[in-house]
Amino acid sequence: MNQIPEVIRTIPLNYYLFFSTALFAIGVIGVLTRRNAIVVFMCVELMLNAVNLLLTAFASYRADANGQVFVFFIMAVAAAEVCVGLAIIVMTYRNIRSTDVQLLNYLKW
Amino acid sequence: MTSIILLSVFGIANLFIGFLKSKRILLPLALLFLVVVFGVNLIGWNNTQTYFNNMLTIDNYAVAFTGIMTLSTLLILPFSQHYLQEDDQNLAEFYSLLLFALVGAIMMVSYENMLMLFVGIEILSIAMYILAGSDKRSLRSNEAALKYFLMGAFFTGILLFGIVLIYGATGTFNVTEIGTTQAMNDGVMNTMFVLGLLLVVIGISFKISAAPFHFWTPDVYEGTPTLFTSFMSTVVKTAGVAAFYKLMVAAFAASYATWFPTLIAITVLTLVVGNIGAVVQRSAKRMLAYSSISHAGYLLMSLIAFNERSDSSILFYSFAYSIATVAAFGVMKLVSDQRGDETFEGFAGLGKTNPLLAFAMTVSMCSLAGIPLTAGFFGKFFVFAAVVEASGLMWLVVVAVLMAAVGIYYYFKVVVAMYMHPAGNYEKVQVNSFTTFMLMLISALTILLGIAPALVSDLI
Repeated sequence: MNQIPEVIRTIPLNYYLFFSTALFAIGVIGVLTRRNAIVVFMCVELMLNAVNLLLTAFASYRADANGQVFVFFIMAVAAAEVCVGLAIIVMTYRNIRSTDVQLLNYLKW
Repeated sequence: MTSIILLSVFGIANLFIGFLKSKRILLPLALLFLVVVFGVNLIGWNNTQTYFNNMLTIDNYAVAFTGIMTLSTLLILPFSQHYLQEDDQNLAEFYSLLLFALVGAIMMVSYENMLMLFVGIEILSIAMYILAGSDKRSLRSNEAALKYFLMGAFFTGILLFGIVLIYGATGTFNVTEIGTTQAMNDGVMNTMFVLGLLLVVIGISFKISAAPFHFWTPDVYEGTPTLFTSFMSTVVKTAGVAAFYKLMVAAFAASYATWFPTLIAITVLTLVVGNIGAVVQRSAKRMLAYSSISHAGYLLMSLIAFNERSDSSILFYSFAYSIATVAAFGVMKLVSDQRGDETFEGFAGLGKTNPLLAFAMTVSMCSLAGIPLTAGFFGKFFVFAAVVEASGLMWLVVVAVLMAAVGIYYYFKVVVAMYMHPAGNYEKVQVNSFTTFMLMLISALTILLGIAPALVSDLI
């Protein structure tokens, strides 16, 4: 924890904040506009990585290890989510031969 | 804490027992596991302990909610019996996933640190994504799993961004410390804090399917196999609301004025969307999905009250709602599996062909609608009383009572179909004695709590 924060601190905290927020916003827009399930999923991962980046920046500016440990938890959970998510997408692809989320509209009243 | 460890071990043990040829042992064993966990959980009563470097606290609040969630799971499992006859069903995996999901739910009611809240939500959600898609060949189940997964992951991202912004503003993940440090925030930090608070509220609102983040609920509840829908609408919702209340009390009590208007808007919208949406449904399962949205609204009302009666009213309401919903989904599962009809007409003539099933369904519908002498009546009574006492928001109570009146209309559509409509060419629904016994037990419990509500409401 002694050397690395110095490197991170050469860039002002605001820059990290704006960059992460922009990355997060790109992810949100991607989820809301794309139709391919895999691309939507990639955008979700982009959101999680924006969170990871911001966490690391905050943690090193506060010299607090809690935030960095949180990053590992997010990575582990994201990996578990990838496992389940890709399996669900493959399962759907086998049935409808497509990953387009808008083709799935069997559920309505 | 012991219950978390035990459930994890039991879940893994269950997977190994799944290797055995005979599947008959699985259900009794899973029930036994849950009874053990229920008993062990009670040891923590009046014996507050913290674990993992102050990241988990097992207090009476956690023990009470763990108890009702374990009990709901215990009541749901017997309805899985028809899987025993089908060889290609992965029964052991289903039971294990339910046990693992319960671990996440327990973490959500006993967390003391945002990290544990996040991990608990994810353990619960990931298990539910799998269970939503467990009917692999059904396109409806596929669609439910895909929608639930993509939306769930998206809102997890939003929740996380909120947690990080709060961390940036306060420098801690501990909910109690967040509650004490926020007073000294200056301008920029305060903006970040409020934004983070808003995002966290949105993230959790999604999990308990409060409007306007409810759009996934009807589709996912309808497509998911009914057994797991009942788990979703009871345990997941109870855990979500309990976590929400705990978060607000521990971390955001000082910023009450900030989130109060947002939460009132969410609550009113949830009540209106849930009840009006349920009226126009033709499918009974979809009606129950909208009804679960409306009950999230009633639960949020006791969060708005935010006084010493809130936690006991949330506890009582979620208990009354859980047992009634388990019975409703259980009967609905038996009927729709055998008659192949999920609309209200599927219930036609059930009062003649299966009087006991029809009785259990009627009791649970009365409880959900809030008719006196059932648990649901006192659930609504406690919630409304807490709101009136706390903030004097009479208009909110009036809206809620009006919406409860709307609720009576659609709940009684099922009762009318069961007793007034002729069965036509529908046969008697086959149901074994154990399931009937469980349904009668739930009905008895509902009526008992409608006569003596203090049994549960005075616990915390």
